[in-house]
Amino acid sequence: MQKQTAKQPETIVPSQLIVKLPDTPDETRTDVVLEVQSLEVYYGAFRAVKDVDMPIRSNRVTAFIGPSGCGKSTVLRCFNRMNDLIRGARVGGTILFRDEDLYGADIDPTEMRSRIGMVFQKPNPFPKSIYENVAFGLRVNGYTGNYPDAVERSLRRAALWDEVKDRLKENALELSGGQQQRLCIARALAPEPEVLLMDEPASALDPISTQAIEDLIKELVNDVSIVIVTHNMQQAARVSDETAFFMVDPEDRAGYMVEFGKTTNIFTNPDDERTEAYITGRFS
Amino acid sequence: MSLGSAAQGSPDSPSDVLRSSGSEYRALFKRNKRNWEGAVVHRLVFACAILSILTTVAILLSLVIQSWGFFSQIPVWEFLGEARWSPILKPRSYGVLPLVAGTMLVTFLGAAVAIPVGLAAATYLSEYAHDKVRRIIKPILEVLAGIPTVVYGYFALTFVTPQLQRIFPDMLVFNALSAGLVMGIMILPMVSSLSEDAMLAVPNSLRQAAYALGATRFEVSTKIVIPAALSGIMAAFIIGLSRAIGETMLVTIAAGATPKLTINPLESIQTMTAYIVQLSLGETPHGSLEFNTIFAVGLLLFLITLVMNVMGYAIVRKWGLKYE
Repeated sequence: MQKQTAKQPETIVPSQLIVKLPDTPDETRTDVVLEVQSLEVYYGAFRAVKDVDMPIRSNRVTAFIGPSGCGKSTVLRCFNRMNDLIRGARVGGTILFRDEDLYGADIDPTEMRSRIGMVFQKPNPFPKSIYENVAFGLRVNGYTGNYPDAVERSLRRAALWDEVKDRLKENALELSGGQQQRLCIARALAPEPEVLLMDEPASALDPISTQAIEDLIKELVNDVSIVIVTHNMQQAARVSDETAFFMVDPEDRAGYMVEFGKTTNIFTNPDDERTEAYITGRFS
Repeated sequence: MSLGSAAQGSPDSPSDVLRSSGSEYRALFKRNKRNWEGAVVHRLVFACAILSILTTVAILLSLVIQSWGFFSQIPVWEFLGEARWSPILKPRSYGVLPLVAGTMLVTFLGAAVAIPVGLAAATYLSEYAHDKVRRIIKPILEVLAGIPTVVYGYFALTFVTPQLQRIFPDMLVFNALSAGLVMGIMILPMVSSLSEDAMLAVPNSLRQAAYALGATRFEVSTKIVIPAALSGIMAAFIIGLSRAIGETMLVTIAAGATPKLTINPLESIQTMTAYIVQLSLGETPHGSLEFNTIFAVGLLLFLITLVMNVMGYAIVRKWGLKYE
């Protein structure tokens, strides 16, 4: 265990098999992990989200920005079908996960969720030991390999191992807020997902912990595709490769996607004047 | 909305009223009737709170004083150590163990029904049931809790026992099994309702985290929600059991009046509570040693339930997790 000094695990995870493409814009169809096509979300009769079309590319950070209530978190929760758990929620349109319909009748949502992990706004570790928190995702997915090694690997990937290696049996609630959130990231990484969804992962943290999370995102994106919802535009500019800008339609109060593109383009030279207004702070 | 123009146009607008009162600010309230009322209410509710404590102390004192008449003649070790209870019929013996065994047997049978079924019902209501279903089932469970215990007693004696006798033809009319099973049904609403409260108090963020890791509903219930609510669930079990130990009418009617040191549920037994009822209703003269046995048994019963309630409280204090 101690011989392993490298920060990154040596095991090959499926997503590592995909070669990271150069930054040239000639992306091919094959690097698209999630393809969103005219997505709509209903809560009962109310249409909360409409007209979302975008590709989520592998080994990229895609950021969702926009004002409160514009549906960016709702869209994120469609990607691992967390909206299934809300009574009355219904999804229209199509989301293809590696060319398979995520909402297809033959898809098992629990199996699918182990391949598309999620980190929440507030750190929500289980009231169990640090070790058990990370092992939980392995247990429910019937992992049969070496648990201590897998737990260590996940904690290393989340840059938390050095801080907790001597206290794995301690209750996770005794960690600081920033450590708890990195533990939640380690927990989400344990089943080795291909996509990591992050719903404002740093909004409840102090600036130093936020910095740690952002560094971690840049590191992790070598292995997984990351979709991050943030209300902090600087954060989106710092960590993401591509950005989707959402707004609320004042007519029917539905959130919709205004523009999607490379982060540099969105922040320096957006196509849509509403995007520009929001980026430059002229938007109320 | 043009709030500004409305304020200018109408003399009743809030800003006008404030200015028209003459001075800029209203004076602070002086001591008046309101404070006086507060003091009276304070003393009244304090008296009510003290009353319940005083009652408990008075009960304990009366039990201790009255059972002194018993323990001054029969040593404590004979009371707790002897295995035969026959305070009226000769040869007399004052070993309380058969009564304790009877109580424990019925309580154990009740727990065997109420704990698994109660926990399953709580899991269903808290994790599985649609809101509509829950709104129907919860009141029904609560009605079950309001049925007088004498009704449960006759239910056990006249319905459950005949059914059980089809399975166990040798079983006596008065038996621990029937009383124990119905006891379980009786404390079920309490166990399930308190457990459900504990489970509903588990924050939703934990459920979401577990689902997002690919856990099924069953795994979320058994591996996350129940462990997180365990202190409350344990407290629910202990409160339910302590209710079963103290339950009187049901066992008096259905379990029999034969003090017996047995673990066979098909036999007729007698619980501590049923013994107290039997002797109080009889012709035993007050103040006699025979009569004083009920205070000794009552004191023991009080101590058992007290220890259980303290245990329940301690469990919640020690393992009750706090979430932010």
